[in-house]
Amino acid sequence: MQKIVFFKYFLLLLVCCNNSPIVEYCNKFLDIICYNLYIPLAFLMILAKFLTFEEKVAYNGKYADNNDEGIPKVVELKNISKSFDGFKVLKDFNLTVNNGEFLTLLGPSGCGKTTILRLIAGFETPDAGVIIINGKDITRLPPNKRSVNTVFQSYALFPHMSVFDNAAFGLKMSKTPPNELKERVYEVLSAVKLTEFASRKPAQLSGGQQQRVAVARAIVNKPAVLLLDEPLSALDAKLRYQMQEELKRLQETLKIAFVLVTHDQEEALSISDRVVVINDGVIQQIGSPKQVYEEPKNLFTAQFVGDINIFDAHVVDIDNGVVTADVEGYRCAVDNKREMHIGESFKLLLRPEDMRVAKLSESPDTVGLLVGNVELKTYKGATLDSVIILENGKRVMASEYFDEEDEDFDYHINERVSVGWVKGWEVILENEG
Amino acid sequence: MFKRLIIGVSLFWLTLFIFFPNLLVLIVSFLSRDNESLVTAHPTFENYLNILDPIYLKVLISSCSLAFITTLLTLIIAFPFALILSRLPIKLRNLSLLLIIIPFWTSALVRTYCIKIILTTNGLLNQLLMKLSIISEPLDLLYTNGAVVMGLVYTLLPFMILPLYAAMEKLDIRFIEAARDLGAGYFNTLLRVIIPLSAPGIIAGALLVFLPALGLFYIPDILGGSKTLMLGNLIKNQFLDARNWPFGSALSVVLTIIMGLLLALNYKTVRTAAKKGII
Repeated sequence: MQKIVFFKYFLLLLVCCNNSPIVEYCNKFLDIICYNLYIPLAFLMILAKFLTFEEKVAYNGKYADNNDEGIPKVVELKNISKSFDGFKVLKDFNLTVNNGEFLTLLGPSGCGKTTILRLIAGFETPDAGVIIINGKDITRLPPNKRSVNTVFQSYALFPHMSVFDNAAFGLKMSKTPPNELKERVYEVLSAVKLTEFASRKPAQLSGGQQQRVAVARAIVNKPAVLLLDEPLSALDAKLRYQMQEELKRLQETLKIAFVLVTHDQEEALSISDRVVVINDGVIQQIGSPKQVYEEPKNLFTAQFVGDINIFDAHVVDIDNGVVTADVEGYRCAVDNKREMHIGESFKLLLRPEDMRVAKLSESPDTVGLLVGNVELKTYKGATLDSVIILENGKRVMASEYFDEEDEDFDYHINERVSVGWVKGWEVILENEG
Repeated sequence: MFKRLIIGVSLFWLTLFIFFPNLLVLIVSFLSRDNESLVTAHPTFENYLNILDPIYLKVLISSCSLAFITTLLTLIIAFPFALILSRLPIKLRNLSLLLIIIPFWTSALVRTYCIKIILTTNGLLNQLLMKLSIISEPLDLLYTNGAVVMGLVYTLLPFMILPLYAAMEKLDIRFIEAARDLGAGYFNTLLRVIIPLSAPGIIAGALLVFLPALGLFYIPDILGGSKTLMLGNLIKNQFLDARNWPFGSALSVVLTIIMGLLLALNYKTVRTAAKKGII
């Protein structure tokens, strides 16, 4: 760049010296290049648009509309790969969204869950793979041709339009006649309880109200699937719970599939029909909130969804189907849900609320129990949470409900206690890696 | 103390070089012409009444319309430019901004003479067209309104691009995505989302182009010859050629009032936009 500038000034110097018109032409020519760089640029952009702008809807009969259980599928992602700047976010990703279900994509930030949403919405195109909505291949279709709507994380309400105009935008784009448009806009506005705010501008609304407008705007076109990109993350805790309930109710009345992206495991558990736990672009587990919480299939799911104690253990004895294992140095009976053999090492997973703590002074029998000292106790109102250090230094979290009969239910710090668990509630995982 | 000093210095500067000269212009516009000492202390409204002369009104209207066409053309050219610019990767964006600024490093007068060289009867453009056998005789390109508009557009384009770019850079990509998501094609997204949201930039750019276009006198002088008389040239002629300072001053005052009104309009629209929460 600088060379061009110097060249230009060298030429200008010549202009001053001999006033040759040819030199001036050159200078002018350079100016034109500088100014009109955008013409080739614009041309390239238009060309690029044309190359990616294929509006053909290829109906492909080979994709079945129903899944194994006979529930119709709304969205199917097949072998999707996507990378940004050479970094692979998704690799051979497969996912099915069933008709009318509330599906949550749960994972830490950067795990690719928002990318999945943007692929379904059409803001990104996969490097490989197929996206099918209602049996149609829409992989290359632009966002405005897809019957999918999005509630954005920051809402992205149009600031220059009133609530009514925001909600009416989708209908105006589909050229709905004015009478029907008005009726349907008021329908959705009343569904989110915002009818009296119709003439306000988004800037005049509270965060929760803006959120409702964003939802109203997205459902007005009756999409096949509604995508929600962390829609509640900007709200305070109380409002968030309220909106969770309302979203759930809305989803049940509308009977359209909702796909929610969140990193809040509590939200995922309380709102969804199915939870998809994702890490590093790979599905860790798909299941109902109960399955994901109570029967985690791997350590990531176990640790990401809720608090959990993970104990190292190995089988020491099997007698008549009763498995005795060495758990962190203590001999305990373990419920064997699958075939095990002596010497096999495994992970024993227990939620804090599965733990049962007893004072050694009151029940000195410690057979089959872990023993340790209370390090920390936290009064939580409904529960008493404590951290117990076992003799080998392992920390154990326990969370117990108050027993109304026992008013002295409390521990001293450093008190010696035994720790057990409700038999049958433990989860056994093979050692990973 | 330091703050007061700074304010004092700038106030002094503004008074001496802005307020005082303008006051002089305002006073002179109410005085009469004198052949020997340029101005005599004989108060009159004649200068303003002279402006109402159809000849001068015509100049006023034609320069306003030329400035308007210039503004429109720069807007049409600059809008896609700024839009693309604001969506480029940051490195390319800075380079492109540099490319916009670079022509400024050359004197505008020199650049205008360059346009003259291109457009003149034996100039680059005519020679090229004749070499390509598109025309057999040179076209009269120079000394037309078209040449003046071309010169103005060329010179003032950056003043349109930069405010538009500033407005569009602030425009959240999510608004565009939301519009697309709700079923808007490219045209509707542009019409209903991008243009309304970059309105403050459009207004600012239009003013930054329209006002200088009214007042720039050397471009119509060089490219328009004697055929195109714009307000700026008229004022310049009154001061330098006709030696009628009071009339020139009256014309200046009128031009200043037009600009002031437009700026007030801009201020008002920007404030309403701010109230609506666009900015």
